[in-house]
Amino acid sequence: MTENANTQAAQTTREVWTLAEQEEGRLRPVSYELLAWGKRITDKLKGIDPERPAPLCSVVLGANVDRTDVQELIQHGADKVYVVEADGLERCLVEPYAAVLGNLLTERKPEVMIAAATSMGRTLMPYLAIRLTTGLTADCTGLDVDEETGNLVQTRPAIGGNILATIVTAHHRPQMATVRPHSIRPLERDEGRTGEVVEIEPDARLLASKVEWVGFRSVEQDDANVQDAEKVVSGGRGLKRAENFEVVRDLAQSLGAAVGASRDAVDRGWVSYPHQVGLSGKTVTPRLYVALGISGAIQHLAGMKTADCIVAINSDPDAQIFQVADFGVVGDLFEFLPVLKEEIERRKSEEEQA
Amino acid sequence: MNIIVCIKQVPETSNVRMDEETGTMVREGVESIVNPLDLYAIEAAIRLREENGGRVTVLSMGPPNAEKAVREAMAMGCDDGVLVSGREFAGSDTHATSYCISRAVLKLSPFDLVMMGVRATDGDTGQVGPGVAAFLDMPLCTYASRMMGVEDGRITIERLLESGYETLRLPMPCVVTVGKEIGYPRLPTLRGKQRARKADVAMWGPAALEVDAAMLGLKGSPTRVVKITKPKVTRSGRVLDLAKVGAHEAAHELVDFLEENNLL
Repeated sequence: MTENANTQAAQTTREVWTLAEQEEGRLRPVSYELLAWGKRITDKLKGIDPERPAPLCSVVLGANVDRTDVQELIQHGADKVYVVEADGLERCLVEPYAAVLGNLLTERKPEVMIAAATSMGRTLMPYLAIRLTTGLTADCTGLDVDEETGNLVQTRPAIGGNILATIVTAHHRPQMATVRPHSIRPLERDEGRTGEVVEIEPDARLLASKVEWVGFRSVEQDDANVQDAEKVVSGGRGLKRAENFEVVRDLAQSLGAAVGASRDAVDRGWVSYPHQVGLSGKTVTPRLYVALGISGAIQHLAGMKTADCIVAINSDPDAQIFQVADFGVVGDLFEFLPVLKEEIERRKSEEEQA
Repeated sequence: MNIIVCIKQVPETSNVRMDEETGTMVREGVESIVNPLDLYAIEAAIRLREENGGRVTVLSMGPPNAEKAVREAMAMGCDDGVLVSGREFAGSDTHATSYCISRAVLKLSPFDLVMMGVRATDGDTGQVGPGVAAFLDMPLCTYASRMMGVEDGRITIERLLESGYETLRLPMPCVVTVGKEIGYPRLPTLRGKQRARKADVAMWGPAALEVDAAMLGLKGSPTRVVKITKPKVTRSGRVLDLAKVGAHEAAHELVDFLEENNLL
């Protein structure tokens, strides 16, 4: 059943692969972030043994992948892009995706395979790791290379963010990891950069899926996509009433942010579950997280405390959220937010004029 | 319809204390509970049984005292309980765990569905569901948000992705990880508790599972935890009090702060 594709470290090509994600042929932004992680690893590998090449490669599966985006992968650091196209690979169905990617990994023997910790990466990678008989570390917030062994050193939070575990896959290849979206900034785009594009037509036998795709409906507003957002504004119990949740949407709009919520707000029906941030909702790592009327229960903190910058506004000076905040305001939300919004608009229009 | 629900016993993590010296969790006085996210899988399984008939078997792997978690699930309404336990399993990563669970599931054949929560709140990997599907070579649906019907040996399921809901139709038997939108988990009833207390929980060790010993525990785990540290919370933590500085001054400073960090 399980194809044993496990190889010794010495037999790998030292290629480091990242899995680019596409939707209707266009690459998702996280595809470029993964290359920034990959570059750290290839740089380290080259440092350990400058004689052996350590190419940074992206692999993308799809049916009609935008070629400008493929070039963009190269401009963001890829030395080589494997483009695998076939009908049936339009969207990620586990069986064909795992079969096609598994075959490719077995054939090309990269040292490392990194994917995003998205619903796709978190579904496909653990399935694939079993098929390849190798280890996978989920939801990493840090990746490094051990200079003595050359092994990938993977860091991830566990137990509700209360510990950081360092994990290695010493004897199995490829070393697989998923990393959280927004855990790194993409590399500066270099339009002069060149790289190789390898077109691959997969064996039709690999494309069979026992699972049938029936349909897709997008959520009512795209502001619910808290996981992909650079900025998130969240509301909690402190908003007191459903209609008050509007102030969260308002501020989110001013800042160009997605709308998040604590479990309290979702359980009260003020906003739908896809907005929920926390242990039983989504884990987010935006550049900016603004918590409005959220006390900061550990379950909520676990879902957002790795944000680059946290702003908290709460009437209770002892609220736990202030312990993780970079900037806190103690006071009445409804008094403060209109003034804040005005100030943001004023500053933005000043900038536009400047 | 025969359903196997896999659950994990986890420490109640809302009040975790860490040993500052060793960097490990203080386990004394920490209550063990059924992984809260597995409760949604139990709920979904019981609802499917209510609609389609059949039995729900709860399956867990863990130390002997995880029997308590199995009985809790039975008190909610699961019919049978199995605990996979033994020293040989200790130190298993998600790879070895997926293997053992898949062997236990096979021993419970025939079945139509294997269900579990999207992840456990302690390890927080979410890898065992897909791992079990891969070992069993069965169709997989993760992040299920709604069961849309069972017909002709196939189940239609809606699942939550980043940008919306995807609907898949899977032939059974298959593996499903269940999210929170499936419905609020029911509480154990008094009768359920009484029944669960008296019920037999099967205890299966490595021999019962007919597993390959080399694939268990640390030996069977490709990944290894080499270090555990406490994350540093490094926040500058400037806090302004509206009552003291006034809304305008606070707004001004906050927007300055956002601007400095290029966040406007």
